[in-house]
Amino acid sequence: MHSKSSLIREWTKNKVLFLMVLPAVLYYFLFSYLPLAGMVLAFKSYRFDSGIFGSPWAGLRNFEFFFKSGKAWLITSNTVVYNVAFIVSGLILQLLVAIVVAEAAGRYVKKFMQTTLLFPFFLSWVVVGSFVYNLFNYDFGSINGMLKYFGIGSVDFYGNTDYWEYILVFFNNWKYIGYNSLIYLAVIVSIDRSLFEAAEIDGASIFQRIRTITLPLMIPTIMILLLLSIGNIFRGNFDLFYQIIGNNGLLFDATDVIDTYVFRSLIHSQDIGMSAAAGLYQSALCFAIIMLSNFIVKKIQPDYSLF
Amino acid sequence: MRHRSKDRALFQVLGYLYLGCLSLACLLPLWLIFSGSFSSEEDVIRHGYELLPRNLSVAGYKMMFEAPEAIILSMTVSVALTAVGVACGVFLTAMTAYVIQRRDFKYRNVISFYIYLTSVFTGGLVPWYIMMVNTFHMRNNFLALIIPLLFNVFYILIMKSFFRSIPDAIVESGKIDGAGEFTIFLKLVLPIAKPGLATISLFIALAYWNDWFSAMLFISRDNLIPLQLFLYNLVNKAEALNNLAGKTGIPMTELPKETVKLSMTVLVITPIMFVYPFVQRYVVSGVTLGAVKG
Repeated sequence: MHSKSSLIREWTKNKVLFLMVLPAVLYYFLFSYLPLAGMVLAFKSYRFDSGIFGSPWAGLRNFEFFFKSGKAWLITSNTVVYNVAFIVSGLILQLLVAIVVAEAAGRYVKKFMQTTLLFPFFLSWVVVGSFVYNLFNYDFGSINGMLKYFGIGSVDFYGNTDYWEYILVFFNNWKYIGYNSLIYLAVIVSIDRSLFEAAEIDGASIFQRIRTITLPLMIPTIMILLLLSIGNIFRGNFDLFYQIIGNNGLLFDATDVIDTYVFRSLIHSQDIGMSAAAGLYQSALCFAIIMLSNFIVKKIQPDYSLF
Repeated sequence: MRHRSKDRALFQVLGYLYLGCLSLACLLPLWLIFSGSFSSEEDVIRHGYELLPRNLSVAGYKMMFEAPEAIILSMTVSVALTAVGVACGVFLTAMTAYVIQRRDFKYRNVISFYIYLTSVFTGGLVPWYIMMVNTFHMRNNFLALIIPLLFNVFYILIMKSFFRSIPDAIVESGKIDGAGEFTIFLKLVLPIAKPGLATISLFIALAYWNDWFSAMLFISRDNLIPLQLFLYNLVNKAEALNNLAGKTGIPMTELPKETVKLSMTVLVITPIMFVYPFVQRYVVSGVTLGAVKG
């Protein structure tokens, strides 16, 4: 009763503020919380005429079907392994960019680097897909053209799973290197210059300076970004995988992630109950790992925790 | 002293080598697309896409302008989508962020949590898709392109930390002058927040201009297909190419199939290239703002 009356008091006091935040509250209710309730689909056998909540219950059959399909383990491990590869390669490449740009580059080089490396961030994944087609196409692809020029035979990239791990890692880095290195660069720039000067007077070489001053001071940021990306380790980057691999079934064993699998089961095979079960499985994994990583972030640096 | 400058030189050489390789890797795919789009179809079929066109040809571009209606329509959809999306998205994001950072608003933490929770725990694609289609009737609806990207927790956070840097005294002075909350927000706070607004405008504009996913899920009618999906169909679906050929009246065998795909890609990149030099710095400021969470 008490809380109710205080709500009314707050409402009369801040009526306009309530109204200003209302669109967001409604939006998240309709497009996030209602679908959250719609997760019961995973336990139903969906019928178009009876809707989500009217469809008959199916118990755990959808999950049984999903786990027995043999795909559950494959897509989960693919998702995790790709994300680990993206995180590790990204961290090393971006750190190097930030350090080199901060330490060595003159103003114009800095500007030029930022301009070229950030540009891919502005392009859509559809355009990236078009690049990949242009590079790896069997008949006209630039890579095969080059191989032919050097007297090596053409490689059938689209019929062979060996190369796509590298291609995906390459384009993921290609897209985000400029953007993410900006974060590290911002940290390096904020380091107190007098530390560097003191090191220089003491006769430290540039490599020693980076190892003993720059890197240790960046560790908090690195840790936070790492933990945040670990929180997303069960989420596949749908745009990346779908635009580069598409619906090429020959490559699925090496490249299928949870997100692409759910999408295909929903749109192409119309297997709604099972795809909802796979989606719920992913949501639960995501939730658990985010709670865990957030817990750790909070321990290390409470300012950076999500909640 | 000499020892140290030798280290410095080594670092410079290695560093520039590294940056040079990266720049090349970033620019090469773009260059190959440009060069390919100006190559003749026979050269592409015989030799593949190359660093420089053997014979300059604009057949791919010419073909797009033979029957420009579909492309112009898609471009209009994309422009309208971006304009409406940015206008609504920026205003709503700013308004929401402003309220949840007001210290005298008692429920700010409850509402913040209500909003953040959605980024942590989602229902996944399937229930969302079913509801968008069946409950909200979003199939072939312009709103289906707007709604999915309208709010984003990250942009709310950026704006929130931006508003935090505005002194409370400004809101107070507005109150003393007898202005209502909404007027204070609109007339006093928003003008000061312009740099922050510019940053999230850029992010939101980019998200709408580059979006293809909502269109692929919900749009099948030709007159609502944005540019990105148009390009996707052209590159990936033979029937899209046939459609274009049918409209131009060029026989399928004479169609510059490969170069037209590249020309279309160039056409999609071009607007971004023109605005890029002017908006690049807002991304930089967005990163710095986003890094300090309010």
